[in-house]
Amino acid sequence: MSFSAVNILGTMPEIYLTFFGCILLILETMIPKEKRSWLAYFTIIALVFAMVASIGLNGKGLPLYSGLYIVDPFSNFFKIIIYIAAIITILFSLPYLDQEDIHLGEYYAFILFSVVGMMVMVSAGDLITLFLGIELMSLCFYVLVGLKRDDNRSVEASFKYFLLGSFTAAIFLFGISFLYGAAGTETISGLAGFISNPGTLKPMVMVGMILTLVGFTFKVSAVPFHMWTPDVYEGAPTVVTGFMATAGKIAAFAVFLRVFWVAFSGNRHDWDILIILVSILSMAVGNIVAIMQTNLKRMLAYSSIGHAGYALMALLLPNRESLFALLFYVFTYMFMTVGAFGVILMMRKKGVEGEEIEDFVGLSKRHPIAALVMLIFMFSLAGIPPFGGFLAKFYIFFAVVHAGYTWLAVVGIIFAAIGAYYYLKVVMAMYMKEPNGSVVFHSSLMGRIALALTAGTTVILGVYPAPFVAYIKSSLALFIP
Amino acid sequence: MFSQSHPEHYVPIFLFLLVAVGFGAVSLTVGKLIRPKNPYKDKNAPYECGVPPINDARERFSVRYYVIAMLFLVFDVEVVFLYPWAVDFDRLGLFGLVEMMIFIFILLVGYVYAWKKEALEWD
Repeated sequence: MSFSAVNILGTMPEIYLTFFGCILLILETMIPKEKRSWLAYFTIIALVFAMVASIGLNGKGLPLYSGLYIVDPFSNFFKIIIYIAAIITILFSLPYLDQEDIHLGEYYAFILFSVVGMMVMVSAGDLITLFLGIELMSLCFYVLVGLKRDDNRSVEASFKYFLLGSFTAAIFLFGISFLYGAAGTETISGLAGFISNPGTLKPMVMVGMILTLVGFTFKVSAVPFHMWTPDVYEGAPTVVTGFMATAGKIAAFAVFLRVFWVAFSGNRHDWDILIILVSILSMAVGNIVAIMQTNLKRMLAYSSIGHAGYALMALLLPNRESLFALLFYVFTYMFMTVGAFGVILMMRKKGVEGEEIEDFVGLSKRHPIAALVMLIFMFSLAGIPPFGGFLAKFYIFFAVVHAGYTWLAVVGIIFAAIGAYYYLKVVMAMYMKEPNGSVVFHSSLMGRIALALTAGTTVILGVYPAPFVAYIKSSLALFIP
Repeated sequence: MFSQSHPEHYVPIFLFLLVAVGFGAVSLTVGKLIRPKNPYKDKNAPYECGVPPINDARERFSVRYYVIAMLFLVFDVEVVFLYPWAVDFDRLGLFGLVEMMIFIFILLVGYVYAWKKEALEWD
């Protein structure tokens, strides 16, 4: 054990953010309640700092701490998405937290710590490092979900998430122990070497693989491990829901991809049937159950289950095209989902949020700009051109067809068509009906900036994706053959 | 590494499992067979210091000591890690010193936070 400047430098963004999180905890006790919004600005500065550091580290492709930690363009791409999601979340949260009377300084510290957890996840080169990252992220989420301590739904959601999350963590850890028992190593690259030729230990590897798959599918909320999603997404404060549904899920996708494409690349034909099954089930449950929802947060939760199904299809064949499709998908998904939750949290009626679809009735008459922004997100989530969501689905289906699963792409397109119905239902409510409720659209400057950013990016991703495509192509990881 | 060539290494674990299950099963069955069976109302009532129970025990009450327990945890964990470091101080050298300072800094943050949140006040 010794000092190594490279290791310290490579993990500088994580060190920054942990340090800033600690400082925030102390600052929070010192500054008066009226000045809490300074903590938000401070957090944004911290995230921008970390983003600059991550961009500076780009293209290095370093295995640090003797392979426990990997800083490569792939992980940096995901880190940058996570920073952007966190910044947008904080822009949304300023007036919202005061309105809901949950403006605690700890909120910002927990956001920063969960970001650190996600960074550790996407950079993990070792299953134990990966597990630590998942736990750090999840612990912060358990607390953030229960932030509305006086609201039964919020507390229930937090507790449910905590129980199911800890069960899944145990199952995941059990899977790691099987893999370690078989291979004698838990670094991802070490496992890859063993698993391509496991000999008589194949059953152990299979059990370990299936158990880790359970852990990942829980985190990306794919069927059959999706039960927590609707309740937790509905009960959590809407800013937190937006953050969980984007950053948390995207980080889980990154590790899912890294573990399955690197460690389990040797036995691809053992797991591709499982991925196909999970993907079809997710698309079916997500898109069909969402039709019956009247609560918009719940509907978006089912929609996010469906989107996990689409994205999972890209995991089937490890090649550059699938990787590009998945990266483009999560990039687009982040902007449109966090934006849609942002619109919901700005709808206010008598002290609570307007989270029912009913509350959006006739929005175009009363607040045309809000309705237009929501329309962009809904069309994009449904995959209607010319928005980013269309291109994202297009790339995914193309990659699936090229991987030789044309029938699966057809299934996906059918479910996408079913899914379009419930997104359009929201648009219809906003544009084709007369307003009746007492819901007002209440936005602040920071919220408007965040909405402009998310809606603008969603449109640009569909109309002029070239710069984003070039950027994503440049961060395709080094580990692809 | 899992040793496929020596499955007999797992015999003690198997025996342990057998003894654990067997002990529970045997003591419960034997007890059931030989004890006198004479239940009546007072015997089945929950015992509460000899006083008849007044209401349901499932209600919320403030556990003052949990804050103390949490603070204790902070310092307890600190000491657990400080001892091995102190024992091996020479070998760990500057690296160990810096590492420990970072560790203590993080714990101090927790301490200052608890202090400022008035967790150390009794009321």
